[in-house]
Amino acid sequence: MALTRDLIIQGAQVLLVLALAPLLTGWVRKVKARLLRRRGPPLLQPYRELLRLIRKEAVLAENASWLFRVAPYMIFSAIWVAAALVPTFSIQLIFGRAADLIVIVALLGSARFFLALAGLDVGTSFGGIGSSREMMLAALAEPAMLMIVFTLSLMAGSTQLSSIAEYMIGPTVGIRISLALSAVALIMVALAENARIPVDNPATHLELTMVHEAMVLEYSGRHLAMIEAASSLKLLLYVSLLAAIFTPWGMASTGQSLAAYLLGAAVYAAKLAAGGFALAVFETSIAKMRVFRVSQFLGAALMLGLLATLLLFVSRNL
Amino acid sequence: MEPLQFDMAHLLAGGLVLVSFMLLYQERMYALLNLFALHAVVLALSVAWQAFIQQAPHLYITAAIALGFKGIVIPVALHRIVQRLHIHRAIEAVVGIGPTMLAGMGLVALSVGVILPITSASSSLAREDLAFSLAVILLGLLMMVSRRNAVSQVVGFMSLENGLILAAAGAKGMPLVVEISVAFSILIAFIVIGIFLFRIRERFDTVDLHALDSFRGERP
Repeated sequence: MALTRDLIIQGAQVLLVLALAPLLTGWVRKVKARLLRRRGPPLLQPYRELLRLIRKEAVLAENASWLFRVAPYMIFSAIWVAAALVPTFSIQLIFGRAADLIVIVALLGSARFFLALAGLDVGTSFGGIGSSREMMLAALAEPAMLMIVFTLSLMAGSTQLSSIAEYMIGPTVGIRISLALSAVALIMVALAENARIPVDNPATHLELTMVHEAMVLEYSGRHLAMIEAASSLKLLLYVSLLAAIFTPWGMASTGQSLAAYLLGAAVYAAKLAAGGFALAVFETSIAKMRVFRVSQFLGAALMLGLLATLLLFVSRNL
Repeated sequence: MEPLQFDMAHLLAGGLVLVSFMLLYQERMYALLNLFALHAVVLALSVAWQAFIQQAPHLYITAAIALGFKGIVIPVALHRIVQRLHIHRAIEAVVGIGPTMLAGMGLVALSVGVILPITSASSSLAREDLAFSLAVILLGLLMMVSRRNAVSQVVGFMSLENGLILAAAGAKGMPLVVEISVAFSILIAFIVIGIFLFRIRERFDTVDLHALDSFRGERP
């Protein structure tokens, strides 16, 4: 009985992240448009775009290999699995026991690997530029992410997200400078990974500094739909990750009533809305940086992660 | 000891180390001066919190001196010096930002590794305070050696002194006379450095200290 209930919760989580991801993207776009005093597209516009792209014919370049056709599905499935592993409305996820933060980082890394290969596959110059820049960013973003993971897991004594969230809710956690540093570093990594404004601009095509859009320039039809859905899911994943680690309140734990789960879902929706709103405000208030400054930005994230781990020893060895 | 007392002290002292890193990272002059003011404000908060924990009222005076002199007077004076001397706004570092940051990391690790084993008998509050203040002092030294511009070297020197005050506030029973005399000697040092800046500028038309090396004939 308990097993079926766990499976139902996990299934609900898998479907919930997929259903909510385009809505979050639409929400961020809407808030940005309102801040610029435009009306903006309706909230459901990303769903319509995905449907339209799925119905359209997929055009392939003549020299595209099988990899180019397979990559969108690989990227989408890796990111979907990763998003399903982050606790959203309930702390206990049945797959969460088998998978921890390092698995999530690895899933995101393999998605990035396929995207970079797909960018190189057709052999256009834009795809090549995009892939090489993406790898340059990844070489700094992934160590920073791993330093954050180390800090959090040293504090909580586990790399599992559910244990970390329980530790953060629990009474033993204190105000630590390491926590503040890793929160800031995680936000910086999330901005870079989702191609948001100080690093990349998600709203433009054919700009000489673009990274993400340059790699997916050759895609169309259902392949592009998969990639768009994957990037929405990635945004949702990072917002949920930040919410699960640094604001874990309101999540339902094991063996609670249905009402607790509904409350958890409502709180989760509120957290997503707040996260999306903060992202939109941040993006409208800051300018995009030159692509060669990005390595300094991510280097600072890496430094903050390293500093968080170092300062952890000051508070642990006392 | 209350956990909250330790947490707040830890947070403020750690914040001071973080602002030291931001000083190292910064490469524009006015932003550097504003960050230095922030450094002093965080120091003042940290010292005031120590005064509250130790119930030592004279530490409030130390905090007020830090806030008044280093948070307001010295940054404003440095702003005016930069304006009057038309100093180039970009800060030239001797080595790049990345290696400097890594060296800073190493210094933080060094101070944590040195202080924590040798102070095992003291209270945990004093130990972490000492570790953080040694880190701030070493980062200030690093800033002095890694910058060419005289103004940013002054900022490095002042941030080093902030680290000394943090260490002094953490130690119990530090008399007020010592702190006030340290604060005033720093002010005197600042005035002397300021006069030197004007002289260097007058003679060499720059505040890049490498001009001094070539003047002495140490480099062609």
